Amino acid sequence: MRGNGPWKMAAGVAAIALLAAGCSGGSSDDDETLPNTISIGIVEPESLIPSNSTEANGSSVLASLFYPLVRFDEQSNPYTVAAEAITHDKANKVWTIRLRSGFTFSNGEPVTVDNYINAWNYGAFGPNAQVASYFFSRIDGYAQMQSVDPDGTGPEKAPEPKATTLTGLRKLNNLTFTVTLSTGFAGWESVMGYDAFYPLPKAAFKSEGVLADNFGDAPIGNGPFKLKGTWQHDSKIVVEKVADFKGTVPKVDGITWKIYQDLGAQYADLVAGNLDVETKIPIESLASASGDLGQRLQKSPSSAFSFVGFPIYEKEYANKDVRRALSMAINREEMTDQIFLGSETPATSFVSPVVAGYRKNSCGQNCEYNPTLAKQIYTAANGPTDIKISYNSDGGHKAWVDAMCNQIKASLGVNCTGSPEPKLADLLKKVRDHKSVGMIRLAWTMDYPLMENYLGPLYTTDGSSNFYGYTNTAFDSLVREGSEAATPQAAIKKWQQAEDILADEMPVLPLRFGQNVYGFSAKVTNVSMDLFQKVDIYKIEVAN
Amino acid sequence: MFRYIVRRLLQMVLTFFGATFVVYALMFAAQDDPIQALVGERPITPSQRTALTERFHLDDNFFAQYWYYMKGLLTGDFGTSLTNRKIADMLADAWPVTLRLSLLAIVIAATIAILAGVVSGIRRGSIFDNATLAITLVVLAMPIVVLAPLAQLVFGIKLGWFPVTAGQDAGLWQLLLPATVLASLVVATELRVTRASVAENLRADYVRTAKAKGLTRARVIGVHVLRNSLIPVITLIGVDLGALMSGAIVTEKVFNIPGVGFNLFRGIRTEDGPLVVGFVSVLVIVFLVVNLIVDLLYAVLDPRIRYE
Repeated sequence: MRGNGPWKMAAGVAAIALLAAGCSGGSSDDDETLPNTISIGIVEPESLIPSNSTEANGSSVLASLFYPLVRFDEQSNPYTVAAEAITHDKANKVWTIRLRSGFTFSNGEPVTVDNYINAWNYGAFGPNAQVASYFFSRIDGYAQMQSVDPDGTGPEKAPEPKATTLTGLRKLNNLTFTVTLSTGFAGWESVMGYDAFYPLPKAAFKSEGVLADNFGDAPIGNGPFKLKGTWQHDSKIVVEKVADFKGTVPKVDGITWKIYQDLGAQYADLVAGNLDVETKIPIESLASASGDLGQRLQKSPSSAFSFVGFPIYEKEYANKDVRRALSMAINREEMTDQIFLGSETPATSFVSPVVAGYRKNSCGQNCEYNPTLAKQIYTAANGPTDIKISYNSDGGHKAWVDAMCNQIKASLGVNCTGSPEPKLADLLKKVRDHKSVGMIRLAWTMDYPLMENYLGPLYTTDGSSNFYGYTNTAFDSLVREGSEAATPQAAIKKWQQAEDILADEMPVLPLRFGQNVYGFSAKVTNVSMDLFQKVDIYKIEVAN
Repeated sequence: MFRYIVRRLLQMVLTFFGATFVVYALMFAAQDDPIQALVGERPITPSQRTALTERFHLDDNFFAQYWYYMKGLLTGDFGTSLTNRKIADMLADAWPVTLRLSLLAIVIAATIAILAGVVSGIRRGSIFDNATLAITLVVLAMPIVVLAPLAQLVFGIKLGWFPVTAGQDAGLWQLLLPATVLASLVVATELRVTRASVAENLRADYVRTAKAKGLTRARVIGVHVLRNSLIPVITLIGVDLGALMSGAIVTEKVFNIPGVGFNLFRGIRTEDGPLVVGFVSVLVIVFLVVNLIVDLLYAVLDPRIRYE
């Protein structure tokens, strides 16, 4: 290569690069939009196997592919959908479920009881490691399907569980089956509205109890939509209407679930008109959102509950007066207004407003901003002079933790610092080891709309998220009595009594209730969101 | 030449294993509780923890885990991410778009840098020279976290000239804006190096000779000056290509491109060891190959350089 060699080469390299950039870019049919279809933004779901999904993104997609046994009305009460009737015995222990006839999966298979039983057995079986497995723990025989590693994290293998099926599930005929719970539970019907309780077709299984390899990428459901092609990871999931669907028929013909890594990018696409619905407007765009979207920016209640847990195992926080004083020392309203720009609301109860039985201000005086009284109580109780609030630094919590610290400093005259940990897992590990972490930033979103779903996991002695070690036997038995009560009303009464104990003892400091702050394009109308952070796909329609 | 390439390839094998070992060890050391990181803020049941720990061999020691990984890698199996996807599939999804993006960025950067650099080098002190100096200073001073959203807002949303986001199967047109943003990362340095190199070579004896021989100005500059000035620039471009591929995290995030940067970020966040090592392994190979090509290009540009 002499003379003009370098030029030739440069031109060659450039040509190759441009070719490479241009060729596989199949931009032709991507943006083609059919008249009656919409696009909704999500983050890459963790899984599309119903029993392996516990986050809102996967759950949204699953809601379009599957038809649940029950859905929830405005007051969070369940009503039957895929089930024709759900009845139970006096003790709320044996539940009989009768399915509607004539339903099929999108591959043509009729939906029978076996589809439910097989799916639930798969979800409950310990070695399958399904993240929503704990939903089945109330069913008889769940414990026999789990196994515990004899040496913890050691090299020895865990033994096979004793059973592969739930003894509590019994088929009566093709459309009727019974579920026997290990102890009575009045709210079981609501629990069955969750994703984990969807049925799976025969085609989902390779052999008994083993899922087909590609089912997670191409799930087949009994819902109003079916997957077009497969899940295009990190890119999109396209669903189209099932012809002659027997249940409620949605108004749109198809949905493209567009996958974004970043809410900011999603917002840019929403404003530019490339996306129809964004279910969570990022905080940094909130200030300009009302200008950008006008009436198309909306809010609705969600089940998220943010709070700060007191490490009750530490001496300084063992006195409930210290905890009460800290709660009175902060101004919740100022925090939600200034930092969250009204996208969240102040919390003065221990359960979310979206569940039946919620009482506004059940925390009473203890959650009212009252710096003078707070200081009195705090001094009298001889509270610690150094307060620490630990949080995970990957979740955008710094701003409000610092604000809260400043309020505590101002009200109580003590030192307060925010202490970041890289991830929540790191923080929880320290809490489990009872290291000195100070107060702990935590949050909860419900699995099913019952007070019990807040009281049980968060505050009972063996609650799955009771990291701070709160224990009160009177409280535990009230929650249990509520769960076993004969009617939902009787249950709520017991649970409210239990909540009153919390208001007195203040194991946590309630801070904020979440809201869905969502926006949509001018192309769609009737956009509403439910308590589970999902768009109601049955109501949404394309504007004329 | 042939022996040189073989020698370099053998060195690459060693570097490759060394690099993957180091990355694997670092990920192992940083790993705290990947199972908790996987499920996010939810509690995890003991039996689930047991099953996942055994599935991913998390209860084995470091060397056993590394052995499992290498055994898979040598048989062409990159393993499974903690999200249960085959890492080979994730690589196949992420690499093409990042490759397109960074190649496009390199072409844009090199074109601007070399053209403007040559002109600035020839007309030192002119308005053009000073203007490019000022503009590149501004671009250099702006961090990409500002530049990328700003470009998106102005050219994508407000003016509507370019698509706002690109996506996984983005074509040339969708990638143009992100690639330009990415190119701005490296264009300033490349331009400065070209300018300095051209300015220096203009004073060289062989240029005076060429002029004295009566060659046209275009030939003097296009062949004699430019060819000799390109050596340092090519080196820089080679290094930049690697940097652009791994450093595109911000650009990929803003323009929603699920490429290599995004996957690395996700892998690190979720303590997904095999995922990170898989992507870094391929990155290492790209770095090594690009540098080999750059070294070979020296010989093409400068006949005095010979490899034995």
